[in-house]
Amino acid sequence: MLTAILAIGIMAALFGVLLGYASVRFKVESDPIVDQIDALLPQTQCGQCGFAGCRPYAEAIAAGEADINQCPPGGETTIQALSELLGVDPKPLNAEHGEHKEQMVAIIHEETCIGCTLCIQACPVDAILGAAKQMHTVIADECTGCELCVSPCPVDCIEMVPVKTDISSWKWPYPEASEAHKLAVHG
Amino acid sequence: MVTLLDKPAAIRGGLKLPAHKAESLRHPLQAAPLPAVLTVPVSQHIGEPAEPLVKPGDRVGKGQPIARASGYISAPVHAPSSGTVTDVGDFPVPHPSGLSATCIRIRTDGEDRWFEEPVGIADPFSLDPAVIRHRVRAAGIVGLGGAGFPTSVKLNAGPDREVELLVINAAECEPYISCDEALMCARPRDVIEGIRIIRHALQARQVVIGIEDNMPGALQCLREAAERAGETAVRIVPVPSIYPAGGEKQLIYTLTGEEVPSQGLPIDLGIVCHNVGTAAAVYRAVVCGEPLISRIVTVTGGGIREPRNLDVRIGTPIDELIGRCGGYSDVVDRLLMGGPMMGFSLLSDNLPVVKTTNCLLATSVRETPPQPPARACIRCSKCVEVCPAGLLPQQLYWYAHARDFDKIQDYSLFDCIECGCCAQVCPSRIPLVQYYRYAKTEIWDLERQRRKSDLARKRHEFRLERLEREKRELEERRSKAKKALNRPKAGNADAKKAEIEAALARVKARKSSQAAQARNTDNLTDEQRARIAEVDARRAARNNPQGN
Repeated sequence: MLTAILAIGIMAALFGVLLGYASVRFKVESDPIVDQIDALLPQTQCGQCGFAGCRPYAEAIAAGEADINQCPPGGETTIQALSELLGVDPKPLNAEHGEHKEQMVAIIHEETCIGCTLCIQACPVDAILGAAKQMHTVIADECTGCELCVSPCPVDCIEMVPVKTDISSWKWPYPEASEAHKLAVHG
Repeated sequence: MVTLLDKPAAIRGGLKLPAHKAESLRHPLQAAPLPAVLTVPVSQHIGEPAEPLVKPGDRVGKGQPIARASGYISAPVHAPSSGTVTDVGDFPVPHPSGLSATCIRIRTDGEDRWFEEPVGIADPFSLDPAVIRHRVRAAGIVGLGGAGFPTSVKLNAGPDREVELLVINAAECEPYISCDEALMCARPRDVIEGIRIIRHALQARQVVIGIEDNMPGALQCLREAAERAGETAVRIVPVPSIYPAGGEKQLIYTLTGEEVPSQGLPIDLGIVCHNVGTAAAVYRAVVCGEPLISRIVTVTGGGIREPRNLDVRIGTPIDELIGRCGGYSDVVDRLLMGGPMMGFSLLSDNLPVVKTTNCLLATSVRETPPQPPARACIRCSKCVEVCPAGLLPQQLYWYAHARDFDKIQDYSLFDCIECGCCAQVCPSRIPLVQYYRYAKTEIWDLERQRRKSDLARKRHEFRLERLEREKRELEERRSKAKKALNRPKAGNADAKKAEIEAALARVKARKSSQAAQARNTDNLTDEQRARIAEVDARRAARNNPQGN
């Protein structure tokens, strides 16, 4: 009887030490589920979800504090991907956070810009170039279209325009909608 | 080790299609007249668009570089004739999207004057392969078979890679298209010399020309030209004419029995494949010193009155070429660039000919009947039988239809060559290729978005880090400044104290000495003396309150 208790006790202590060691030795730096959620978010850093960026939103989803339908730039695609990752039912986008819009890009009307740097401070991805009392400009390739620079501008010189489709970014339409392609040429 | 088969192997799947090549070969190859206006797009190739070098108002000479390559996978563009640049801007270009792209518009002066008299190299075989590559690149040569991949890149096998076999693609398997056949009949010497230069550039051990067996005339011309050139090492192999025997991977399989690995390149097998038209262009660039400013275009189809092959300057308006071929016939229905299987519809004929325009096909309703509404897939597997890439078209269709872009890649979507055989045989008339094209561009777009969001994440993280760092640095600076301010302050206070004390001591000393000071007290009245004594006593009392 005593031997059994002793044996179990020793084993328990041994495993306890082993687990304790493993938890220190193989400590995971960040929560991998947060990384996985973050990877699915569009990284616009717009804050429309109510959090201070995509990663905080991912952390909130992981912690169960936020729903998966709060990201307007991601839209249905992101909701679908999140629902698959987390094994929850997809739901429509929460309209409180905004609507899914086409991809936009900010442009600065340079003749109006007074060089106040307020937009530079607002840009979450450092995509605006300029200095105090110098004209600013948007690096279009790096702009995420988050619109955070629009309201700080004191002279209203920033405009959001839809990203222009060029030949390299053009996509074949889904076949049902492609009837328009068969336009006849009559000479 | 790559070995050529004695007897060409039949490709997997494929279709026997009516050739329709005789119509356009009835007339010999002719040069198209020089148009009044040339519209030259800066992107006529796969890769980065070229950067314009000219501005409106500039006079340009024939063969003058008007846009330079901007990257390794890119190609320069040259003025196809002499004239004046009138515009550098967006114009519609032949593309399935119908969109516009940057073009350089030149009003020709009719002189057709060279910018610089072309300087060729008489003996290209004494040159270093790198010099040939450079010349080919500077001449703006791209794959003329239709894809438009910069040729100079394909003349470089890469380090530690040897080219065992150079395959020259003269199969031209798609119906109606006959520009390569016309070229081989009209300029076989250019082709053979070009092949020899490419072989030298690649240091290829063997060379084979794969040509469909339904063009005996071209075959004969090539054989004679090879003989005249004393070239015995170039093998000319007729391959069975079945569509798409001219696909790069299909032709390699036919000739060697080897399969290019999934998503791989022929160079993985030690093989490089070039189009026969490209070979002729390489000859003209290296030996004659002429850049790529023209190409042969087949203008054909039931919708054209006089189908023929024309040697056309790049940038020539399509409608002018059609006019040169007698114009449209009454039955014209659609205009395509490329063949009936892999070509795409053009929404207008007010577009320029580009380096990849191999064929302009104006079809009648009979030739390209309108697509009947698609019915459900009945899983008959006819598409599987004809697929030359060995794919499962119905599965690809299924996942493209369901927009399942992960699954569709498990079924090797990107090995699909979009030959259109599956759609041709589909009894339900499902536009299969359109589904694959749709899925491919969607996947590319997702890929682009992913790259963009990765960049945004990185930049955002960097920004947060930077803000944190700036805050920390500011804090450090502040505390440092505070310390620096405190230390001398403490010293000052002591000094001040000492100074005050010293001042007080001075005052005291003066006051005490004041009492002992001699004063002018002579000749005073008694009354005056008494008043002075009174004041002195008061002062003494004030200065020394504790005392008497």
